[in-house]
Amino acid sequence: MRTVMTVLRKDLLLELRGFETLPAMILFAIVTFVIFHFGLNRDTIDGQLAAGVLTVTLLFAAMLGINRLFVAEREQGGFDAFLLAPVDRSALLVAKATALFLFLVVLEVIAVPAFGLLLLGPSLGHALPGLIAVLALGDVALAVIGTLVSAIAVQTRARDLIGPIIGLPLLLPALIGMARGAGPLLAAHGSSSPPGRWVAILALYDVVFALLSYAVFDFLLED
Amino acid sequence: MTTYGRGLRGLSLAAAATITVALALVFFYAPLDTDQGFIQKIFYIHVPLAITALCGFVFGGVLGAMYLRTGDRKWDIRSYVAIHMALIFGVGTLLTGTIWAKASWGHWWVWSDPTLTSFLIVMLLFATYQPLRFSIEDPERQSRYASVFAVVAGAFVPLNFIAVRAAQQYVHPRVLTLTGGNLPGSMRLTFLVSLVGIALLYTTLWKYEMAAKSTRMQVRALRRALLGEDSVVPLKRSAAPS
Repeated sequence: MRTVMTVLRKDLLLELRGFETLPAMILFAIVTFVIFHFGLNRDTIDGQLAAGVLTVTLLFAAMLGINRLFVAEREQGGFDAFLLAPVDRSALLVAKATALFLFLVVLEVIAVPAFGLLLLGPSLGHALPGLIAVLALGDVALAVIGTLVSAIAVQTRARDLIGPIIGLPLLLPALIGMARGAGPLLAAHGSSSPPGRWVAILALYDVVFALLSYAVFDFLLED
Repeated sequence: MTTYGRGLRGLSLAAAATITVALALVFFYAPLDTDQGFIQKIFYIHVPLAITALCGFVFGGVLGAMYLRTGDRKWDIRSYVAIHMALIFGVGTLLTGTIWAKASWGHWWVWSDPTLTSFLIVMLLFATYQPLRFSIEDPERQSRYASVFAVVAGAFVPLNFIAVRAAQQYVHPRVLTLTGGNLPGSMRLTFLVSLVGIALLYTTLWKYEMAAKSTRMQVRALRRALLGEDSVVPLKRSAAPS
């Protein structure tokens, strides 16, 4: 636990001092909303279309963070240092996934209101509690799978390419869950609670991949 | 030393015989479907191909897990060959699937069929297996990372089917379902024989590729021992373990 906190603190400090990844993710998300405005030629959107635009934008913005997640470890010998330290290797997975989860939360704290302002037709207010639940569950999937994929991709020669092509199909079920869960919330006069089926599928996906990543992560560090 | 060639001849003959019988049953025994007519017969190839490919992916994941447990490279090679063959069967599934979709629904691609859609996602994921292997140079790391991928992707197969199936609000009316009891006995028999035939074909091809790979490795090892290091041409960088 102490190892997790130490690595997490290092990652957050690095981000706070350098401002490398998060601002890029946020800017990317906002630019993508503008692109969707022109691409769809719509001033406001609602319902399933809005949910799709929001979740796809968040997914692609998350991909930027996922690509960068282990780059510092790889380039500056963090992996070797971590392996030399007498600590549990899974701590790196937990710390990195938590860091990515926190990045995604900060991203959404800014990007979701921006989406409400720029594109969303119905007001965000009544949908917010349900949306937070769906996005939080989706973020866990993005963080866990993103960390796993990033750890695989960072050791390959074409890591910027390998990351997304493995990550996107693996994240598709999570994307389906987020988009379909958020769809009814963002409809005009929509419901205020997300459909239970999608919350359940997202939760199942989170749990299975968290266990699976925990089981295989050690093998990615063995050198 | 495992000899993959053992029993290969018998297995090949059994696969050829079963597939011949299956095709004979498909064309001469199974009744014509009242709704779809002759084109429905592609079902006897398409569905066994799909089931075999999916089982092959999961099989590759299990073999990958064995590599991670033991660290013995033969498990990685087995896992690679299992996924390689499953990919080929998967391409066959997608091709026959689109032909069937065009014939019975009038479109080459139908999103409302959850099985076809999930299969496409699984194929998109496994299509990255070879690029992943190719972009890792160190052979030991290549085996390890590919095995991790195989385990994760193998577990992804059933999960993905759950998610995509739930995403369809109404399932397209399917003429034939595996679980449904609406398959007449003669069709079920034909289907089962085809399934056994395709599964035997998969096993035969898996054994053939394993035999070829292990023979090549043995020849290289013998040449190196007898004629010295220079007699063996260095391997080119490859996605395939060897």
